[in-house]
Amino acid sequence: MKPSPNPPHAPTDRHGPTDPHAPHAPTDPRAQGAPRARATPRPAETPAGFAGRGAERRPPLVLLVPACVAALFALLPLGYLAVRALERGPAFAWAVVADERTLDLLGRSLGLTAAVVATCVVLGVSLAWLTVRTALPGARFWSVAATLPLAVPSYVAAFAWLSAEPDLAGFGGAALSLTLVSFPYVLLPVAAALRGIDPAQEEAARSLGHGPLRTFLRVTLPQLRPAAAGGALLVALYVLSDFGAVSLMRYDTFTWAIHTSYRASFDRTPAAALSVVLVLMTVTLVAAEARTRGRAGHARTGGGTARPTAPVALGRWKPLALLWCGAVLAVAVAFPLGTLGYWLAVGSSATWDLGGLTETAWATLGVAAAGAALTTLLALPVGVIAARHQGRWARLLEQAAYAGHALPGITVALSLVFFAVRYAYPLYQELPLLVCAYAVLFLPVAVAATRAAVLQAPPVLEDVARSLGRRPWQVLREITVPLAAPGVAAGAALTFVVCMKELPATLLLRPTGMDTLATRLWTETGAGSFAAAAPYAAALILLAAVPSYLLGRHRP
Amino acid sequence: MRPPLGGRIFALVAAGLLLPALAACGSGDDKDGGGSGEAGDATLVIYTGRNEKLVKPILDKLEKAVGADVEVRYGDSAELAAQILEEGDRTKAGLFFSQDAGALGALSREGMLAKLPQASLDKVDKAYRSGEGDWVGLSGRVRVIAYNPDRVGADEVPDSVHDVVKPEWKGKVGFAPTNASFQAFVTGMRVLEGDEAARKWLEDLKANGAKTYANNLATLDAVEAGEVSLGLVNHYYWYERVAEKGEDGVDAKLHFLPGKDPGALINVAGVGVLAANEDQSATARKAVDYLLSKDAQTYFADKTKEYPLAAGVTSSVEGLPPFESLQSPDIDLGKLESLQETLAMLQDVGLV
Repeated sequence: MKPSPNPPHAPTDRHGPTDPHAPHAPTDPRAQGAPRARATPRPAETPAGFAGRGAERRPPLVLLVPACVAALFALLPLGYLAVRALERGPAFAWAVVADERTLDLLGRSLGLTAAVVATCVVLGVSLAWLTVRTALPGARFWSVAATLPLAVPSYVAAFAWLSAEPDLAGFGGAALSLTLVSFPYVLLPVAAALRGIDPAQEEAARSLGHGPLRTFLRVTLPQLRPAAAGGALLVALYVLSDFGAVSLMRYDTFTWAIHTSYRASFDRTPAAALSVVLVLMTVTLVAAEARTRGRAGHARTGGGTARPTAPVALGRWKPLALLWCGAVLAVAVAFPLGTLGYWLAVGSSATWDLGGLTETAWATLGVAAAGAALTTLLALPVGVIAARHQGRWARLLEQAAYAGHALPGITVALSLVFFAVRYAYPLYQELPLLVCAYAVLFLPVAVAATRAAVLQAPPVLEDVARSLGRRPWQVLREITVPLAAPGVAAGAALTFVVCMKELPATLLLRPTGMDTLATRLWTETGAGSFAAAAPYAAALILLAAVPSYLLGRHRP
Repeated sequence: MRPPLGGRIFALVAAGLLLPALAACGSGDDKDGGGSGEAGDATLVIYTGRNEKLVKPILDKLEKAVGADVEVRYGDSAELAAQILEEGDRTKAGLFFSQDAGALGALSREGMLAKLPQASLDKVDKAYRSGEGDWVGLSGRVRVIAYNPDRVGADEVPDSVHDVVKPEWKGKVGFAPTNASFQAFVTGMRVLEGDEAARKWLEDLKANGAKTYANNLATLDAVEAGEVSLGLVNHYYWYERVAEKGEDGVDAKLHFLPGKDPGALINVAGVGVLAANEDQSATARKAVDYLLSKDAQTYFADKTKEYPLAAGVTSSVEGLPPFESLQSPDIDLGKLESLQETLAMLQDVGLV
């Protein structure tokens, strides 16, 4: 693939909305980008230097080939589903899916998803803004603590709430516990986006007479949209795939039907047929999210360096802001940790096996780090393509990465058993396969982070590099990745945390005899030894702080 | 030009990828050494859905008893059964030790289990083993009614689950609708009395304001706290609680139902030998015999408070009624596999 012939300048055509030197501050970037959407079928027809510069280019092979590898990886579970769902003919599969109960459960799943996503967006955006853009005391502490809820397994959250208030069972309890463990999916990318925004636009808006609220709504918020929507999509898929919280809260969702198929009738065919419905739903959600993106650029293009944003003084709102952040983290982190403390205090099964705990913690850290590393590596080309290219390839690759993400962990795990036993038997029940399983499960988490990070890096720098004769992989290595590094690293940290708490695939694919914190927690709670389980759960939650703490130290 | 953060990420990625690969190479070498040997010496791989805390000590002893290396993989019974079915002939398991009869039945249906020697089968009553002769029950748990003596006199406790839906127990009964043992009991009731009777009972139970709990332990806690007067639970939770706190520390009492009531169903944990791994099967059969030995059966009885199922072994748990005295319904445990319909029924009624 040859470097783009496009001239390196003329930055204002596509990126006008974000150009601080533009005479008018942007009101709605979509208004400028949308009419062009999908209008250009083939790259060759795009006049050089005109609309969608770079956007319609076919991705270079150096990105395309690894991205396809990643996509194939992510599509493995779908191949398995096809085999299993059609095992007894399409008529049988259709009969399973067409059951009226299925539709009912689907409605319940979507209702829960909508409620959790809406709450997560409110929590995520408000906390991100408060911690990044205001003079909130202890901003550093808040941003590290904000990752921790992700490490709380949904069933631990549900169990904690249920033991405090049994009446919570049902929709409310399920929505509450799922919201509190998944809102960082929105918070973290939005916080990263806020850090990357050039304050010049907001200043321009203010100078043109917009009030602070109006500026936030019309200038800041639209720029946060890709990050927030990407996070919301992850939340939605997480809720769709969750079984732990909904089963404890006794709120039947679609995953209930899938698990019933495995547990009650020991039948994999109906489970697979139902899982296909989840895949279709995922594809629809991903397409819908892509539609809301518009085509606005979100990178600054002006000369010089953006100066740091002046933190907003909270004034008399400070106590209220602190209260809000404190309250959210109290219910999301302190409450489950407190429950664990209570387990320790009242239970008699507590055994301080510090050696066992340390060993398990190290094993967990190792396998989660490897999982995060592989996932991030595979996500990089997909994320870059998703951010920089808008043709059919880009859409297909991104869809592929997400397609299996709403599947329950057990289904993904069984699909990997299926393929590994047939085609990679020497790896079966060995560590590398477990690491691969994490990559299959969590690819979208890293893709979303990478995409959002690359979107904020000015594409004009890549064009300059290309015009100076850099090969595509050099552009990637010297420009794109370094510019996106903080966002990519944040995505890796996120992936690390979700790998740590993963249970169903770990149980099926771990080397025989190996334990992670999550499997230990499962063993102890399964035996009713809550006091003995508490240290493992606490370690899981506290270790999640490590990557975000390390990342925070490198932040300017 | 690579900024520090990019470089660090790169190093982290590289290290993260290399470490497990190296570790895998190491462990791979060990496996090759242990795996190749003559048939009788092959490592026995046990997949078990029973909790590690519960069975690890006895499986450690089993390793000595069978004289071969034993590897144990812990998981959920149903998920492990699905895993074995997915592995097919290439399964690594030589023995499947399941929490309940249903998962064994599923493997038996697919022809994954090998016939057990008649001598092993005969150690257990026919009611608690496979009709195909390919799995055998090891320990039994019985459904009981737990009651709070401060709220209800011993002679007032109902003798049948059919009585708990009567008006005098309105709002005073607790149960765990998502618990597998409760669902097995409902399935048993459907088999014994028909779908209509079971549905009616569930509807009456709901209409009577029975309270639902997350699991048996939570139900027992509710009885203990006087939140409800009666709780439908498995027997061993109470004995475990007594072993932990002493009989004086536990207020709740148990009532074993007479008259072959469906509420007195006995379900079993059991074991089967995988047909696919012939090199392990000799060891696996030895393991089955060990698990049916007095040594292992006594362990189950003492540790899990379940009933030992091998003939000639009796539980020494204090206060536990003799196994022979239990008046459980006559039911083919193989028929409890129609759980799917039970779940649909529980949903229709609105209990789960």
